[in-house]
Amino acid sequence: MAKVSMTVNGAAASGEVEGRTLLVEFLRGPLGLTGTHVGCDTSQCGACVVHVNGEAVKACTMFAAEADGAEVRTIEGMANADGSLGVIQQAFQDHHGLQCGFCTPGMVMSAAALLKDNPKPTEAEVRKYLEGNICRCTGYHNIVKAIMAASGQDVSAIAAE
Amino acid sequence: MYAFEIERPSTLAEAVSALSAEGAQALGGGQTLIPTLKQRLAAPEVLVSLSGISEMKGVCPDDDGRLCIGGATTHAAVARDAAAAYPALAALASHIGDPAVRNRGTIGGSLANNDPAACYPAAALASNATIVTQNRAIDADDYFQGLFTTALEEGEIITEVKFAIPEAANYQKFLQPASRFALVGVFVAKYADGVRVAVTGASEDGVFRWSEAEAALSSDFSAGALDGLSVPAEGMIGDLHGTPEYRAHLVKVMTKRAVAAAG
Repeated sequence: MAKVSMTVNGAAASGEVEGRTLLVEFLRGPLGLTGTHVGCDTSQCGACVVHVNGEAVKACTMFAAEADGAEVRTIEGMANADGSLGVIQQAFQDHHGLQCGFCTPGMVMSAAALLKDNPKPTEAEVRKYLEGNICRCTGYHNIVKAIMAASGQDVSAIAAE
Repeated sequence: MYAFEIERPSTLAEAVSALSAEGAQALGGGQTLIPTLKQRLAAPEVLVSLSGISEMKGVCPDDDGRLCIGGATTHAAVARDAAAAYPALAALASHIGDPAVRNRGTIGGSLANNDPAACYPAAALASNATIVTQNRAIDADDYFQGLFTTALEEGEIITEVKFAIPEAANYQKFLQPASRFALVGVFVAKYADGVRVAVTGASEDGVFRWSEAEAALSSDFSAGALDGLSVPAEGMIGDLHGTPEYRAHLVKVMTKRAVAAAG
């Protein structure tokens, strides 16, 4: 066991982990941040995407020990300070960008990473960027629409929900 | 996963020392190794993470005009920082896996693993890159030795990869959409002293040079120069995604596309 310390959603977090403890296990277990989901556990589906030092990573394919000293942001850190939904989250609600909701935390974290680097992506760029996030309900259309809307672009020309 | 310890050295010297321990294995970005550990296909006693070694990260030119990339540099960093100097290499890096995978996976990890369908081996072999370790420099022509097999010895770490920048180059990948590895990928690089063509994804022996195409393209760098050539299906990978004949056919198609795109 080794001690790890990191900043998670702006607050200090630490705990004892095994070498093999995945970052997603540390977040969901000791820290109780169960918003980050484990879908496939093989780094295919993207339900576990979080930000480590500002970059989107799959938390099922990184060890907790490797995040020692890092700044980690999860879906729980995406709401506004007053607890209301953040811009991307609100857009997902407004445009029905989810069905069962299981993939949504990863979708929102990937969307946030995309919009940080590319504030006004084209629809094709959004679809390309989401290649590592799988929605088993196949609700991609409204997910893409929500991300376009969150970027402040007019989505009225994108086909009906 | 079986239990193991993780060490996180901050210098190359510490990493080399940690890797001399019995049962120690290097951990690059982990995008292949961690899934492998989950399947219990590997059982190291100690994993030595290379992700905290800043002297092994970054992209910069050297005095001989080569592009030098630290072994622990992520695909995302190569895609961003090599774009001006070696656009074909940056484009290759920008299509590996998906964005989150590219933020962790590293060039050194990919080359050390030498997956027969990985992209980087094609770029390294087509560019005759120099694979630098803590002990020596290895030409790409001597480095790749078959499926998941390289010239690396126990405990040897890829600290840097040096690419001579070609006059023109392009990489064409026929995507296997589920894994996002190459069903067939071809990297064509044109240098003053000739053209090099490296093929990944196709052969049971891993990445290889298509020497007949190199000879044809060295005298006439056009897609039409390949018209009379064909690749034998013998030794090509056959699986549910494609037969050996299909892959052999794709090698020629993708080489022509790469030549046309390289201009």
